[in-house]
Amino acid sequence: MNLNITNRSGQVQQLEFSSGETLMKLLRDANIDISAECDGNCVCATCHVYVDKLWLQGLGELGEEEESMLDEACEPEDNSRLSCQLVLSSAQDGMSIVIAPDWQ
Amino acid sequence: MSNLHTTDVVIIGAGPVGLFAVFELGLLGIKAHLIDVLDMPGGQCAELYPEKPIYDIPAWPVISGQELTDRLMEQIAPFTPVFHWGEMVQSIKGDAQKGFVVSTTEGTQIKAAAIVIAAGGGCFQPKRPPIVGIEDYEQHSVRYAVRQREQMRGQHLVIVGGGDSALDWCLDLQPIATRVTLVHRRDDFRGAPASVKKMRDLVAAGKMDLLIGQVKGLVGAKGQLTAVEVKSKESSTIVPCDLLMPFFGLTMKLGPLSEWGLELDANRIKVDTEKFSTSRPGIFAIGDINTYAGKLKLILSGFHEAALMSHGAMAIVRPGEKIVFQYTTSSSNLQKKLGVA
Repeated sequence: MNLNITNRSGQVQQLEFSSGETLMKLLRDANIDISAECDGNCVCATCHVYVDKLWLQGLGELGEEEESMLDEACEPEDNSRLSCQLVLSSAQDGMSIVIAPDWQ
Repeated sequence: MSNLHTTDVVIIGAGPVGLFAVFELGLLGIKAHLIDVLDMPGGQCAELYPEKPIYDIPAWPVISGQELTDRLMEQIAPFTPVFHWGEMVQSIKGDAQKGFVVSTTEGTQIKAAAIVIAAGGGCFQPKRPPIVGIEDYEQHSVRYAVRQREQMRGQHLVIVGGGDSALDWCLDLQPIATRVTLVHRRDDFRGAPASVKKMRDLVAAGKMDLLIGQVKGLVGAKGQLTAVEVKSKESSTIVPCDLLMPFFGLTMKLGPLSEWGLELDANRIKVDTEKFSTSRPGIFAIGDINTYAGKLKLILSGFHEAALMSHGAMAIVRPGEKIVFQYTTSSSNLQKKLGVA
Protein backbone atom coordinates (compact mmCIF):
# COMPACT_ATOMS: atom_id res chain seq x y z
CA MET A 1 0.00 0.00 0.00
CA ASN A 2 1.28 3.45 -0.91
CA LEU A 3 0.73 7.14 -0.27
CA ASN A 4 1.74 10.03 -2.53
CA ILE A 5 3.46 12.72 -0.50
CA THR A 6 4.24 16.23 -1.74
CA ASN A 7 6.90 17.77 0.48
CA ARG A 8 7.48 21.46 1.19
CA SER A 9 9.76 21.81 -1.82
CA GLY A 10 6.96 20.51 -4.04
CA GLN A 11 8.62 17.18 -4.77
CA VAL A 12 6.34 14.15 -4.90
CA GLN A 13 7.36 10.81 -3.50
CA GLN A 14 5.66 7.52 -2.83
CA LEU A 15 5.76 6.02 0.63
CA GLU A 16 4.85 2.47 1.46
CA PHE A 17 2.76 1.96 4.59
CA SER A 18 1.15 -0.78 6.58
CA SER A 19 -2.20 -0.67 8.35
CA GLY A 20 -2.32 0.64 11.88
CA GLU A 21 0.52 3.16 11.84
CA THR A 22 -0.08 6.89 12.08
CA LEU A 23 0.71 9.12 9.14
CA MET A 24 2.93 11.26 11.40
CA LYS A 25 5.15 8.30 12.27
CA LEU A 26 5.34 7.24 8.63
CA LEU A 27 6.42 10.75 7.58
CA ARG A 28 8.93 11.07 10.37
CA ASP A 29 10.48 7.65 9.75
CA ALA A 30 10.85 8.65 6.09
CA ASN A 31 12.69 11.83 7.21
CA ILE A 32 10.04 14.04 5.70
CA ASP A 33 10.35 17.46 7.21
CA ILE A 34 7.58 17.72 9.80
CA SER A 35 8.55 18.77 13.31
CA ALA A 36 5.76 16.92 15.23
CA GLU A 37 7.02 18.62 18.38
CA CYS A 38 4.68 16.93 20.84
CA ASP A 39 5.30 13.43 19.45
CA GLY A 40 1.69 12.64 18.67
CA ASN A 41 -0.12 14.10 21.68
CA CYS A 42 -2.31 16.37 19.57
CA VAL A 43 -1.12 19.48 21.40
CA CYS A 44 1.23 21.28 18.99
CA ALA A 45 -0.17 21.22 15.42
CA THR A 46 3.28 20.93 13.86
CA CYS A 47 2.51 17.70 11.95
CA HIS A 48 -0.09 19.47 9.81
CA VAL A 49 -0.91 18.11 6.33
CA TYR A 50 -3.42 18.79 3.55
CA VAL A 51 -5.33 15.73 2.40
CA ASP A 52 -6.51 15.38 -1.20
CA LYS A 53 -10.19 16.34 -1.00
CA LEU A 54 -11.33 13.12 -2.69
CA TRP A 55 -9.88 11.15 0.21
CA LEU A 56 -11.09 13.30 3.08
CA GLN A 57 -14.34 11.48 3.68
CA GLY A 58 -12.63 8.10 3.93
CA LEU A 59 -10.61 9.41 6.86
CA GLY A 60 -13.65 9.79 9.07
CA GLU A 61 -14.79 12.71 11.17
CA LEU A 62 -12.40 15.28 12.51
CA GLY A 63 -12.32 14.83 16.30
CA GLU A 64 -12.99 17.81 18.55
CA GLU A 65 -9.44 17.76 19.91
CA GLU A 66 -7.94 17.72 16.43
CA GLU A 67 -10.30 20.46 15.19
CA SER A 68 -9.35 22.65 18.17
CA MET A 69 -5.66 22.05 17.65
CA LEU A 70 -5.94 23.04 13.98
CA ASP A 71 -6.53 26.57 15.33
CA GLU A 72 -2.79 26.62 16.03
CA ALA A 73 -1.77 25.07 12.70
CA CYS A 74 0.08 27.11 10.09
CA GLU A 75 -2.25 28.11 7.21
CA PRO A 76 -5.17 25.79 7.91
CA GLU A 77 -7.54 24.91 5.05
CA ASP A 78 -10.73 22.88 4.75
CA ASN A 79 -8.67 19.77 4.00
CA SER A 80 -6.27 20.23 6.90
CA ARG A 81 -5.57 17.31 9.20
CA LEU A 82 -2.99 16.56 11.88
CA SER A 83 -1.02 13.56 10.70
CA CYS A 84 -0.55 12.23 14.25
CA GLN A 85 -4.30 11.67 14.44
CA LEU A 86 -4.56 9.73 11.18
CA VAL A 87 -4.28 5.98 11.61
CA LEU A 88 -3.70 4.48 8.19
CA SER A 89 -5.59 1.51 6.78
CA SER A 90 -6.14 -0.11 3.38
CA ALA A 91 -8.80 2.54 2.71
CA GLN A 92 -5.96 5.06 2.28
CA ASP A 93 -4.05 3.08 -0.35
CA GLY A 94 -3.24 5.60 -3.10
CA MET A 95 -4.14 8.71 -1.06
CA SER A 96 -2.30 11.95 -1.82
CA ILE A 97 -1.23 14.41 0.84
CA VAL A 98 0.69 17.68 0.85
CA ILE A 99 2.88 18.71 3.78
CA ALA A 100 1.62 22.06 5.11
CA PRO A 101 4.04 24.95 5.65
CA ASP A 102 5.81 25.19 8.99
CA TRP A 103 5.84 28.09 11.42
CA GLN A 104 8.82 30.37 10.93
CA MET B 1 18.45 42.14 42.70
CA SER B 2 21.59 42.64 40.70
CA ASN B 3 21.92 41.14 37.25
CA LEU B 4 25.20 39.45 38.18
CA HIS B 5 25.16 36.12 39.97
CA THR B 6 27.61 33.41 40.95
CA THR B 7 26.68 29.78 41.52
CA ASP B 8 28.00 26.25 41.02
CA VAL B 9 25.90 25.17 38.05
CA VAL B 10 23.56 26.91 35.61
CA ILE B 11 20.74 24.71 34.31
CA ILE B 12 19.23 25.87 31.03
CA GLY B 13 15.60 24.75 30.91
CA ALA B 14 13.23 24.21 33.84
CA GLY B 15 11.24 21.28 32.48
CA PRO B 16 10.94 18.06 34.49
CA VAL B 17 14.50 16.97 33.70
CA GLY B 18 16.08 20.35 34.50
CA LEU B 19 14.12 20.46 37.77
CA PHE B 20 15.19 16.96 38.78
CA ALA B 21 18.81 17.87 38.02
CA VAL B 22 18.55 20.36 40.91
CA PHE B 23 17.75 17.41 43.17
CA GLU B 24 20.60 15.17 42.00
CA LEU B 25 23.11 18.04 42.10
CA GLY B 26 21.73 19.12 45.46
CA LEU B 27 22.42 15.74 47.04
CA LEU B 28 26.07 16.28 46.14
CA GLY B 29 26.01 19.74 47.70
CA ILE B 30 26.00 21.56 44.35
CA LYS B 31 23.91 24.73 44.05
CA ALA B 32 22.06 25.66 40.88
CA HIS B 33 20.42 28.56 39.05
CA LEU B 34 17.82 27.72 36.38
CA ILE B 35 16.95 29.81 33.34
CA ASP B 36 13.83 29.26 31.26
CA VAL B 37 12.28 31.18 28.40
CA LEU B 38 8.81 30.44 29.80
CA ASP B 39 7.58 32.31 32.86
CA MET B 40 6.81 29.15 34.83
CA PRO B 41 8.34 25.75 35.59
CA GLY B 42 7.48 22.54 33.75
CA GLY B 43 8.61 23.15 30.16
CA GLN B 44 6.54 21.15 27.67
CA CYS B 45 4.65 19.49 30.54
CA ALA B 46 3.30 22.83 31.68
CA GLU B 47 3.12 24.67 28.35
CA LEU B 48 1.86 21.99 25.96
CA TYR B 49 -0.01 19.46 28.05
CA PRO B 50 -0.63 20.57 31.66
CA GLU B 51 -3.89 18.61 31.78
CA LYS B 52 -2.83 15.58 29.77
CA PRO B 53 -2.31 12.42 31.78
CA ILE B 54 1.18 10.86 31.74
CA TYR B 55 1.24 7.10 32.39
CA ASP B 56 4.93 6.23 32.34
CA ILE B 57 6.40 7.98 35.38
CA PRO B 58 7.63 5.26 37.77
CA ALA B 59 5.33 4.80 40.78
CA TRP B 60 2.74 7.19 39.33
CA PRO B 61 0.13 5.10 37.47
CA VAL B 62 -1.20 8.41 36.17
CA ILE B 63 -0.13 12.00 36.73
CA SER B 64 -0.80 15.22 34.82
CA GLY B 65 2.00 17.38 33.42
CA GLN B 66 1.10 20.12 35.89
CA GLU B 67 1.03 17.81 38.88
CA LEU B 68 4.37 16.27 37.93
CA THR B 69 5.81 19.79 37.77
CA ASP B 70 4.31 20.75 41.12
CA ARG B 71 5.70 17.59 42.77
CA LEU B 72 9.17 18.21 41.36
CA MET B 73 9.11 21.81 42.61
CA GLU B 74 8.21 20.49 46.05
CA GLN B 75 10.94 17.85 45.90
CA ILE B 76 13.71 20.32 44.99
CA ALA B 77 12.60 23.12 47.33
CA PRO B 78 15.10 22.09 50.11
CA PHE B 79 17.95 22.89 47.70
CA THR B 80 16.74 26.50 47.23
CA PRO B 81 17.34 26.76 43.48
CA VAL B 82 17.28 30.27 41.99
CA PHE B 83 15.00 30.70 38.97
CA HIS B 84 15.27 33.20 36.13
CA TRP B 85 11.94 33.12 34.28
CA GLY B 86 11.19 34.54 30.86
CA GLU B 87 14.83 34.74 29.84
CA MET B 88 16.62 33.13 26.94
CA VAL B 89 20.30 32.22 27.15
CA GLN B 90 22.21 34.10 24.50
CA SER B 91 25.78 32.99 25.03
CA ILE B 92 28.07 30.77 27.12
CA LYS B 93 31.60 32.12 27.44
CA GLY B 94 34.58 30.50 29.15
CA ASP B 95 35.63 26.93 29.76
CA ALA B 96 35.87 24.21 32.41
CA GLN B 97 39.23 25.50 33.72
CA LYS B 98 38.41 29.19 34.12
CA GLY B 99 34.68 28.80 34.65
CA PHE B 100 31.75 29.91 32.53
CA VAL B 101 29.67 33.07 32.18
CA VAL B 102 26.12 32.61 30.92
CA SER B 103 24.38 35.69 29.47
CA THR B 104 20.66 36.02 28.78
CA THR B 105 18.60 38.23 26.49
CA GLU B 106 17.41 40.16 29.56
CA GLY B 107 20.94 41.08 30.57
CA THR B 108 21.36 38.55 33.39
CA GLN B 109 24.90 37.19 33.76
CA ILE B 110 25.69 34.13 35.84
CA LYS B 111 29.17 32.83 36.66
CA ALA B 112 29.27 29.07 37.17
CA ALA B 113 31.74 26.19 37.19
CA ALA B 114 29.59 23.99 34.95
CA ILE B 115 26.54 24.25 32.67
CA VAL B 116 23.69 21.78 32.21
CA ILE B 117 21.54 22.10 29.10
CA ALA B 118 18.11 20.59 29.71
CA ALA B 119 16.37 22.51 26.95
CA GLY B 120 13.98 19.79 25.73
CA GLY B 121 12.86 20.47 22.17
CA GLY B 122 14.61 23.84 22.21
CA CYS B 123 13.38 27.29 23.00
CA PHE B 124 9.64 28.00 23.10
CA GLN B 125 8.85 30.91 20.82
CA PRO B 126 5.55 32.39 19.65
CA LYS B 127 4.26 31.02 16.35
CA ARG B 128 4.69 33.83 13.81
CA PRO B 129 1.95 33.98 11.19
CA PRO B 130 3.30 33.33 7.68
CA ILE B 131 2.01 36.63 6.31
CA VAL B 132 4.20 38.17 3.64
CA GLY B 133 6.16 41.11 5.05
CA ILE B 134 5.26 40.58 8.71
CA GLU B 135 8.91 40.89 9.77
CA ASP B 136 8.88 44.56 8.68
CA TYR B 137 6.15 45.29 11.23
CA GLU B 138 7.22 43.15 14.15
CA GLN B 139 9.14 45.87 15.95
CA HIS B 140 6.33 48.44 16.18
CA SER B 141 3.05 46.86 15.16
CA VAL B 142 3.00 43.16 16.07
CA ARG B 143 2.82 41.87 19.65
CA TYR B 144 3.06 38.20 20.62
CA ALA B 145 2.69 39.02 24.31
CA VAL B 146 1.44 42.03 26.22
CA ARG B 147 4.20 43.55 28.32
CA GLN B 148 2.91 47.08 28.65
CA ARG B 149 -0.86 47.13 28.69
CA GLU B 150 -0.98 50.93 28.55
CA GLN B 151 0.56 50.85 25.06
CA MET B 152 -2.74 49.39 23.86
CA ARG B 153 -4.76 52.42 24.97
CA GLY B 154 -6.43 54.28 22.12
CA GLN B 155 -5.27 51.77 19.50
CA HIS B 156 -7.04 49.72 16.87
CA LEU B 157 -6.22 46.18 17.96
CA VAL B 158 -6.59 43.08 15.84
CA ILE B 159 -6.31 39.97 18.01
CA VAL B 160 -6.04 36.61 16.26
CA GLY B 161 -6.76 33.16 17.67
CA GLY B 162 -9.41 31.02 19.32
CA GLY B 163 -7.87 30.05 22.65
CA ASP B 164 -7.72 31.63 26.07
CA SER B 165 -4.85 34.02 25.30
CA ALA B 166 -6.77 35.64 22.43
CA LEU B 167 -10.05 35.77 24.36
CA ASP B 168 -8.53 37.01 27.62
CA TRP B 169 -6.72 39.85 25.90
CA CYS B 170 -9.86 40.83 23.96
CA LEU B 171 -11.77 41.13 27.22
CA ASP B 172 -8.94 42.87 29.05
CA LEU B 173 -8.06 45.39 26.35
CA GLN B 174 -11.53 46.15 24.96
CA PRO B 175 -12.21 48.89 27.55
CA ILE B 176 -9.01 50.83 26.75
CA ALA B 177 -8.58 50.21 23.01
CA THR B 178 -10.25 52.35 20.39
CA ARG B 179 -11.57 49.16 18.80
CA VAL B 180 -10.84 45.47 19.23
CA THR B 181 -11.38 43.06 16.35
CA LEU B 182 -11.05 39.35 17.07
CA VAL B 183 -10.17 37.23 14.04
CA HIS B 184 -10.54 33.46 14.16
CA ARG B 185 -10.65 30.78 11.45
CA ARG B 186 -13.96 29.30 12.62
CA ASP B 187 -16.95 30.40 14.64
CA ASP B 188 -16.09 28.09 17.49
CA PHE B 189 -13.66 28.81 20.33
CA ARG B 190 -11.70 26.41 22.46
CA GLY B 191 -11.14 28.97 25.21
CA ALA B 192 -13.00 28.95 28.53
CA PRO B 193 -16.79 29.00 27.90
CA ALA B 194 -17.26 31.95 30.28
CA SER B 195 -14.76 34.04 28.27
CA VAL B 196 -16.41 33.02 24.99
CA LYS B 197 -19.77 34.20 26.34
CA LYS B 198 -18.35 37.54 27.52
CA MET B 199 -16.74 38.07 24.12
CA ARG B 200 -20.00 37.25 22.30
CA ASP B 201 -21.92 39.63 24.58
CA LEU B 202 -19.49 42.45 23.72
CA VAL B 203 -19.89 41.69 20.02
CA ALA B 204 -23.70 41.64 20.35
CA ALA B 205 -23.57 44.99 22.16
CA GLY B 206 -21.50 46.47 19.33
CA LYS B 207 -18.49 47.05 21.58
CA MET B 208 -16.05 44.90 19.62
CA ASP B 209 -15.96 42.98 16.34
CA LEU B 210 -15.59 39.32 15.53
CA LEU B 211 -14.47 38.28 12.07
CA ILE B 212 -14.31 34.68 10.89
CA GLY B 213 -11.36 34.25 8.56
CA GLN B 214 -7.60 34.57 8.45
CA VAL B 215 -5.28 37.57 8.30
CA LYS B 216 -3.69 37.33 4.87
CA GLY B 217 -2.40 40.82 4.14
CA LEU B 218 -0.80 43.79 5.88
CA VAL B 219 -1.20 47.48 5.06
CA GLY B 220 1.15 50.12 6.40
CA ALA B 221 4.44 51.92 5.93
CA LYS B 222 7.78 52.32 7.71
CA GLY B 223 7.11 49.47 10.11
CA GLN B 224 3.76 50.88 11.24
CA LEU B 225 0.56 49.00 10.37
CA THR B 226 -2.55 50.89 9.46
CA ALA B 227 -4.80 47.97 8.49
CA VAL B 228 -4.90 44.23 7.91
CA GLU B 229 -6.74 42.21 5.30
CA VAL B 230 -8.92 39.42 6.67
CA LYS B 231 -9.98 36.81 4.15
CA SER B 232 -12.74 34.27 4.47
CA LYS B 233 -14.09 31.91 1.83
CA GLU B 234 -16.68 34.45 0.71
CA SER B 235 -15.09 37.80 1.28
CA SER B 236 -12.14 39.97 2.04
CA THR B 237 -12.32 42.73 4.65
CA ILE B 238 -9.89 45.55 5.39
CA VAL B 239 -9.76 46.20 9.15
CA PRO B 240 -8.06 49.28 10.64
CA CYS B 241 -5.16 48.07 12.76
CA ASP B 242 -2.38 49.74 14.74
CA LEU B 243 -1.34 46.61 16.59
CA LEU B 244 -1.71 43.03 15.42
CA MET B 245 -1.68 40.41 18.17
CA PRO B 246 -1.48 36.82 16.91
CA PHE B 247 -1.98 34.07 19.52
CA PHE B 248 -1.31 30.74 17.86
CA GLY B 249 0.59 29.21 20.75
CA LEU B 250 4.27 28.44 20.92
CA THR B 251 6.67 26.41 18.85
CA MET B 252 10.12 25.11 19.72
CA LYS B 253 13.18 26.45 17.94
CA LEU B 254 16.79 25.58 18.57
CA GLY B 255 17.62 29.28 18.95
CA PRO B 256 21.08 30.52 19.99
CA LEU B 257 22.05 27.02 21.20
CA SER B 258 23.37 26.18 17.74
CA GLU B 259 26.05 28.87 18.18
CA TRP B 260 27.53 27.57 21.43
CA GLY B 261 30.17 25.43 19.77
CA LEU B 262 28.58 22.11 20.69
CA GLU B 263 28.70 19.09 18.44
CA LEU B 264 25.18 18.43 17.14
CA ASP B 265 23.46 15.58 15.34
CA ALA B 266 20.14 16.40 13.64
CA ASN B 267 19.63 19.39 15.96
CA ARG B 268 20.31 17.37 19.10
CA ILE B 269 23.42 17.71 21.28
CA LYS B 270 25.79 14.76 21.16
CA VAL B 271 26.76 13.43 24.60
CA ASP B 272 28.63 10.52 26.13
CA THR B 273 26.51 8.14 28.17
CA GLU B 274 28.78 8.03 31.19
CA LYS B 275 28.58 11.67 32.27
CA PHE B 276 26.30 13.19 29.62
CA SER B 277 29.06 15.60 28.77
CA THR B 278 28.90 17.50 25.47
CA SER B 279 31.85 18.12 23.15
CA ARG B 280 32.64 21.20 25.29
CA PRO B 281 34.08 20.02 28.64
CA GLY B 282 32.11 21.38 31.58
CA ILE B 283 28.90 21.64 29.55
CA PHE B 284 26.44 18.77 29.98
CA ALA B 285 23.19 18.00 28.15
CA ILE B 286 20.31 15.91 29.51
CA GLY B 287 16.73 15.09 28.50
CA ASP B 288 15.15 15.47 25.05
CA ILE B 289 17.82 17.90 23.83
CA ASN B 290 20.59 15.29 23.75
CA THR B 291 21.26 12.32 21.52
CA TYR B 292 23.28 9.12 21.85
CA ALA B 293 23.02 5.52 20.66
CA GLY B 294 19.79 4.06 21.98
CA LYS B 295 18.34 7.42 23.12
CA LEU B 296 14.69 7.32 24.19
CA LYS B 297 12.91 10.64 24.60
CA LEU B 298 11.30 9.76 27.92
CA ILE B 299 11.07 11.81 31.10
CA LEU B 300 12.36 8.82 33.06
CA SER B 301 15.45 8.60 30.83
CA GLY B 302 16.07 12.27 31.52
CA PHE B 303 15.92 11.62 35.27
CA HIS B 304 18.53 8.87 34.92
CA GLU B 305 20.71 11.18 32.81
CA ALA B 306 20.43 13.87 35.53
CA ALA B 307 21.84 11.49 38.15
CA LEU B 308 24.84 10.44 36.07
CA MET B 309 25.48 13.99 34.89
CA SER B 310 25.61 15.18 38.51
CA HIS B 311 28.52 12.88 39.27
CA GLY B 312 30.25 14.14 36.13
CA ALA B 313 29.60 17.75 37.13
CA MET B 314 30.98 17.12 40.62
CA ALA B 315 34.43 16.46 39.16
CA ILE B 316 34.35 19.92 37.59
CA VAL B 317 32.60 21.90 40.33
CA ARG B 318 34.70 20.38 43.15
CA PRO B 319 37.75 18.90 41.46
CA GLY B 320 39.62 16.42 43.59
CA GLU B 321 36.77 15.94 46.01
CA LYS B 322 35.83 12.30 46.37
CA ILE B 323 32.17 11.37 46.00
CA VAL B 324 30.90 9.08 48.69
CA PHE B 325 27.94 7.32 47.13
CA GLN B 326 25.01 7.39 49.54
CA TYR B 327 21.31 6.53 49.71
CA THR B 328 18.63 8.94 50.91
CA THR B 329 17.08 6.13 52.97
CA SER B 330 20.15 5.67 55.16
CA SER B 331 22.43 8.69 54.92
CA SER B 332 21.91 11.25 57.68
CA ASN B 333 24.07 13.62 55.64
CA LEU B 334 21.67 13.46 52.67
CA GLN B 335 18.67 13.63 54.98
CA LYS B 336 20.07 16.81 56.50
CA LYS B 337 20.36 18.32 53.00
CA LEU B 338 16.74 17.36 52.37
CA GLY B 339 15.71 18.95 55.65
CA VAL B 340 14.18 15.72 56.97
CA ALA B 341 16.83 14.65 59.49
